[in-house]
Amino acid sequence: MKMERPLTEHIHLDGTTRTLREYVKDGGYRSVQRLATMLGPKDVQRLVTESGLRGRGGGGFLTGTKWGFVPMGPSAPKPKYIVANGDEMEPGTFKDRVLMEGDPHGLVEGMILAGYALDAEVGYIFLRGEYHLSAQRLTRAIAEAYEEGYLGKPLPGTTFCFDLHLHASAGRYICGEETALINALEGKRAVPRAKPPFPQAVGLWGKPTVVQNVETLYNIPHIVNHGSDWYRRLSRTQDGGTKIYGISGRVTNPGWWELPLGTTAREVLERYAGGMSDGVRFRGLLPGGISTAFMTEEHLDLPMDFSSIPPEVGRLGTATMIVLDDHTCPVGFVLNLEKFFARESCGWCTPCREGLPWVARILTSFEEGRASKEDLALLDMHTKWLAPGHTFCGLAPGAMAPLQSALKYFRDDFERHISLRHCPWSKKPAQLRVVV
Amino acid sequence: MLSGTERQELEDAVTHYPDKRGAAIDALLIIQRRRGWISDETLLDIAQFLEITAEDLDSIATFYNLIFRKPVGRHVAFVCDSVSCWIKGSEQVQEQIKALYAADLGQTSPDGRLTVLPIACLGHCERAPAVMIDQDVYGEVMPEKVESIMEKYT
Amino acid sequence: MATIIVDNKSYTVDERQNLLSACLGHGLSVPYFCWHPAMGSVGACRQCAVKQFKDDRDQSGRLVMSCMAPAINGTRISIDDPEAKAFRASVIEWLMVNHPHDCPVCDEGGECHLQDMTVMTGHVYRRYRFPKRTHRNQVLGPFIRHEMNRCIQCYRCVRYYRDYAGGRDLNVFGSHDAVYFGREQDGVLENEFSGNLVEVCPTGVFTDKTFFHHYTRKWDLQSAQSICPHCSLGCNTTASERSGTLRRITNRFNSQVNGYFLCDRGRFGYEYVNSPHRIRRAVVRQERHRGQSGTTEEVPQPFEFAADRVRQARGIVGIGSPRASLEANVALRSLVGPQQFYQGIDEQEHQLLSTILNIFRTGPVPSASIHDAEQSDAVFVLGADLLNEAPRLALALLQSIRQQPMEQVDELKIPRWDEAAVRNAVQNRRGPLFLAGYQRTWFHEYATDTYFAAPDDIARLGFAVAGTIAQESPSVPNLNREAGELARRIAEALSHAQRPLIIVGTGSRSQATIEAAANVAWALHRQGKQPRLSVVLPEANSMGLALLGGRSLNDAFDAISQGTADTVIVLENDLYRRADQAKVDAFFENARTSMVIDSLDHRTAAHADVVLPAATGPESDGTFVSQEGRAQRFYQVFVTDGDVKASWQWLSDLGRATSQKNDRESGVGTWHNFDDAVSATAMVAPEFARIGEIAPSASFRLVGQKVPRQSERCSGRTSLTSHLTMHEPPPPGDLHSPLGFTMEGYRGPLPSPLISQFWAPGWNSIQAVNTYQNEVGGPLRDEMPGVRLIEPGATKVAGWFTAVPRAFQPTDQRWLLLPLSAVFGSDELSNRSPAIVERIAQPSLSLHPSDGTRLGLQEHSVIDLAFQGATYRLAVHFEPSTPVGTVGLSLVPDVSGVSVPAWVDLCAAIKIERTRRAA
Ligand SMILES: Cc1cc2nc3c(=O)[nH]c(=O)nc-3n(C[C@H](O)[C@H](O)[C@H](O)COP(=O)(O)O)c2cc1C
Ligand code: SF4
Ligand code: FES
Repeated sequence: MKMERPLTEHIHLDGTTRTLREYVKDGGYRSVQRLATMLGPKDVQRLVTESGLRGRGGGGFLTGTKWGFVPMGPSAPKPKYIVANGDEMEPGTFKDRVLMEGDPHGLVEGMILAGYALDAEVGYIFLRGEYHLSAQRLTRAIAEAYEEGYLGKPLPGTTFCFDLHLHASAGRYICGEETALINALEGKRAVPRAKPPFPQAVGLWGKPTVVQNVETLYNIPHIVNHGSDWYRRLSRTQDGGTKIYGISGRVTNPGWWELPLGTTAREVLERYAGGMSDGVRFRGLLPGGISTAFMTEEHLDLPMDFSSIPPEVGRLGTATMIVLDDHTCPVGFVLNLEKFFARESCGWCTPCREGLPWVARILTSFEEGRASKEDLALLDMHTKWLAPGHTFCGLAPGAMAPLQSALKYFRDDFERHISLRHCPWSKKPAQLRVVV
Repeated sequence: MLSGTERQELEDAVTHYPDKRGAAIDALLIIQRRRGWISDETLLDIAQFLEITAEDLDSIATFYNLIFRKPVGRHVAFVCDSVSCWIKGSEQVQEQIKALYAADLGQTSPDGRLTVLPIACLGHCERAPAVMIDQDVYGEVMPEKVESIMEKYT
Repeated sequence: MATIIVDNKSYTVDERQNLLSACLGHGLSVPYFCWHPAMGSVGACRQCAVKQFKDDRDQSGRLVMSCMAPAINGTRISIDDPEAKAFRASVIEWLMVNHPHDCPVCDEGGECHLQDMTVMTGHVYRRYRFPKRTHRNQVLGPFIRHEMNRCIQCYRCVRYYRDYAGGRDLNVFGSHDAVYFGREQDGVLENEFSGNLVEVCPTGVFTDKTFFHHYTRKWDLQSAQSICPHCSLGCNTTASERSGTLRRITNRFNSQVNGYFLCDRGRFGYEYVNSPHRIRRAVVRQERHRGQSGTTEEVPQPFEFAADRVRQARGIVGIGSPRASLEANVALRSLVGPQQFYQGIDEQEHQLLSTILNIFRTGPVPSASIHDAEQSDAVFVLGADLLNEAPRLALALLQSIRQQPMEQVDELKIPRWDEAAVRNAVQNRRGPLFLAGYQRTWFHEYATDTYFAAPDDIARLGFAVAGTIAQESPSVPNLNREAGELARRIAEALSHAQRPLIIVGTGSRSQATIEAAANVAWALHRQGKQPRLSVVLPEANSMGLALLGGRSLNDAFDAISQGTADTVIVLENDLYRRADQAKVDAFFENARTSMVIDSLDHRTAAHADVVLPAATGPESDGTFVSQEGRAQRFYQVFVTDGDVKASWQWLSDLGRATSQKNDRESGVGTWHNFDDAVSATAMVAPEFARIGEIAPSASFRLVGQKVPRQSERCSGRTSLTSHLTMHEPPPPGDLHSPLGFTMEGYRGPLPSPLISQFWAPGWNSIQAVNTYQNEVGGPLRDEMPGVRLIEPGATKVAGWFTAVPRAFQPTDQRWLLLPLSAVFGSDELSNRSPAIVERIAQPSLSLHPSDGTRLGLQEHSVIDLAFQGATYRLAVHFEPSTPVGTVGLSLVPDVSGVSVPAWVDLCAAIKIERTRRAA
């Protein structure tokens, strides 16, 4: 059976981008043309709701439900905003880049449709600053869309007119958090905002705003074109659609694949990534970016979607997996993550700002062989306190997910650092790479 | 003083936002692209253009890591230090750069050619380790490949 | 009202609050940092975590930040929950990770909110064993010391400075665990309210630099309740002394007046009390030495000399003072007799004050407290430069412009305490604030509309606004289109407001402006609105003096020159600030005897035959009546050395020494203590009848005890003089107030005028104020916020003022010289305080650039201006807001003698222009 890959089917594998001509030839912007005759904003909303589309930014929130909170009708505040979250700074994650570089018009079309559905007349693509190639290609695509009249003019047969701007960020992982992103777009420090009020009510410049992950938005034209039933059937489980899965780490063939939602990690690892690299063995993986908990051998057959992973195991996150192998020190691995989180904390709330650097220092002392049992207790304490709701936003709880699970699955390794007074993998685990 | 073209670029950026302040980050990036970094004077010029105070703008400038408030070399090498690249040996790459150009993380080579900075995951994890030089990303950068990559950047 | 359950007990709370303030209001101890009663919640520090339960079956609950959770009916929380407690202890532990262990040398020690909270959470043991981060500190000018290493990143400073006080030059820099609070570069913190950072910062990052120069621990301070003498608003302060030196001023909460905040003039202007220029000895100066300060001749018994002269006098002129207490003025009036009592202000000011009194006495519109100003939802300011003349009122208006947008916030169902959400929802929207004046300041950036014009034109705008609101009120002929349209916009905004406020100033000395403002207020009243009117007055007790009555200074001059009197007693007044030098010289020349009772050396004192050293505010008891008409008591903080006495005491001594047998029963000579002064004052005029109610009298006792001025933990009192004598000297007694000069006495709840230090067990910082309120941010328990002496009668109907001035016409030859007040520089007393002196700008002349060009002047050049018999060296400022045909003269000490407004022929008056050296 031919597997459907609506998002990436036409993406060039040589890294070149899909042109407007190619895009239109394969049915691009058709949805936009159909709006006048076939679909009102409510219809698009309904299609998205019925498709069961869940946000691909890591949280898996139902997109239709989120849209439902946006005030509609003539008394709704104006303008409303739709924002594509292309910050993609989650380590191990590269799916949005693949889409934006390979098929920039897909995002433009997705945003037009989302804007149309929500009567949001201004859109921003918030792009991480390091994605220069994406920026180039998106800039071009936006200009082309203006030329073609998809942007800046009423859509054919409607009164809806959509403007789209690209905003290149200046770095900082926290910008990916949707409320911090809103502050960043307003030209402020990217410190998150407390919720409620949610951005759908009070967002950019105080107006209703929907922030949607880039991959999420790519799905919308296909849902509009093919319907929600078709979309639901793409997946293997109850969450509709396909997902871009990725793998990095010491596997034979690291990369990305668009697969039905609910594909298992084992399938991705063994069938697509060709299994572990020679000479190394699997120890665990982070299922989707580094803010997710480790999964180990026993979890590899869980369907990788938003509903099938039990909360006590973890969550899907961005579905771009990072594999931990037996030649890599799990403590060093986690240290790397915590250093990242400590550095990327926005500095607003106490537990995150002060707790994460402390955790990173403790882990460093593990690596340097200077840790004690009390340090383990301190790590445990942090995993307990830096929980959702205790900190201002999701960054610190995200930072604790891999640490907490590492302390669970690899506790022996932590303890060996204490008893041996040095890292069993030596200080620089990567030197062992000669084996490969 | 902002040059005419700089000013023009800023004016364009401002049109994307309902208020001037919204363009603060764009403005910093635009000017930095031309001048390499944001000096105190430059900061003041931009702040004036945006009709905000130096404090306002510096508060933003110092928050984001891609805004340089100190001079950098002619080129900037961003070495990804996130986990996928770390597994694949980013530390060795960084050592190699240090050996070749006498610049540790956060430093500029004595000849002013290269500033080396750590960077969070560049989103090229499938081709780790990754390094970005100026705006170009290189994947599978083994230490032995560093020198040939750098040839382009004099 | 709602009921919430805290640790299984029910409490009734206002559901518009958050849980944190609800708990604090009931005396429950929940630690916090980033929240502040005046600044709402942002949820940053995570210190206020409590456990919240869904219902009574929910056993596990979840941690919430009490400052971010609404106190809705039925909320169940636990403060004592072990998990919540442990989490809170962890938050302190994190905050302490980088905090230096410098409490013993830290200025904040002993009144540090961080110390209090650390003790409250029970964090005692340090587990962090890595290096601490360190920062470089900045030099922030004469007021504020900066010690960034102590920062706990609560973000209060920037929230206060930027969001609350409208400051621009302080911000947060950097990110993650390297955030820095300061200026972009070293330099003076510019905002006029920077001093509040000292109290807003929960630890020792921002501390009072003036205090640092003569530092002492909080618990070693002897403190009493003061009223700020530096402008007419009457902010409540606590003045604190040790070893004969006034050490500092802190804010004293009064819900109706200053709330939590002071301005920098009020906080840092206190050091005139310690000035080397203080008059400390009673002195008689022989005639030939008059006018030469310093050359005095010892007359063995100066007081007897003075009494003698009073006895021999053929008519005495008593000159009162708007900066002396009401009681001192009444004492003088009593000594010399009402007919010989002169207000000590010039004719023009005298006129203005009586107009203003009339407006409040006969008009239907009440005056506004600062609290009212904060709550008003549309404001029109005419001719007052608030930032410079009544700074705390400007700070209040910065809050008032948030009132109208709050309605939208309510619609979005965002609780008003949710500060960050409110700001995000409101963005740059502001409620109506219209500023009409003749000098631009940064405050104008918050205005809906500004209007810069000569005083007559400002008055015309006011009349036009009134005319638009109420057709019956006089209209303005030949109003230009621009002003007409503005008037319409202002009228509309005021008419749509629930609580409109009109503010008018006296700085420009424009009678017409004041009348116009009254018309606007009355017009609104006529439309069934409930407006308030606020008049900014020149000095701390201008209103008290106005109520007391008396003639102007000119009349006093006449009395001497016409020979109806030969003796002058000047009470706390430098006449050279109020009239031409020649006139004052002649006045003293013609008087047989002149006596001055004052605290600081000045030109008038130098001309006197007899100088009697007066106590300053913190050295005496007294009453000031603020511009609002609010009478407030201040208490003596300490007994100073030398011959210093409260002015009213000198006067009462003189009264006793000179009274005839038959009037021993009445008059100032019968006053023995301050209560006598108060009772006498109450009799002077009907409006003073309630003056005795503003604060407890000297006989007030609690459990039979006086109230101590010193803290319970005052250290080393017995050893203070041990190098001189092993005997502890007896503490001075205090006949005049219920306060004692020791640490012994009643400790417990007090009527608010007697609270000299806010302290409660576990609350050593100023945040202890919370424990004095029933509802956090609300009035103090037992608050006696002063007594408003003038209230409009219900039936009062005012006529209209009809003297609409003609439009201002610039002339070819002459310019209208207008006074420009300076927050640092125009107030007589604070000008003698070193920290303020550092902030006083060069004297300057502002003119419109076109006038500058016409006169051939260069911007930033320096000119010599010959004017009213003196020559002033002035820096030239081109200022587009200065109305063409007028020039502004900054009222700093060097030009304190000029009488403005005045017409001046600048072409003739400008003597020399020098181009300033290029910087
Ligand atoms: C610390 C942090 C970083 C985040 N980074 C990203 C990101 O880079 N890209 C993204 O799409 N969502 C990111 N998110 C999630 C967003 O807040 C938001 O939920 C998402 O953009 C919503 O889009 P979706 O519903 O389409 O998934 C992040 C969240 C947190 C807490
Ligand atoms: S400086 Fe003070 S007030 Fe500001 S954040 Fe730091 S501790 Fe808080
Ligand atoms: S006081 Fe509640 S989080 Fe700071």
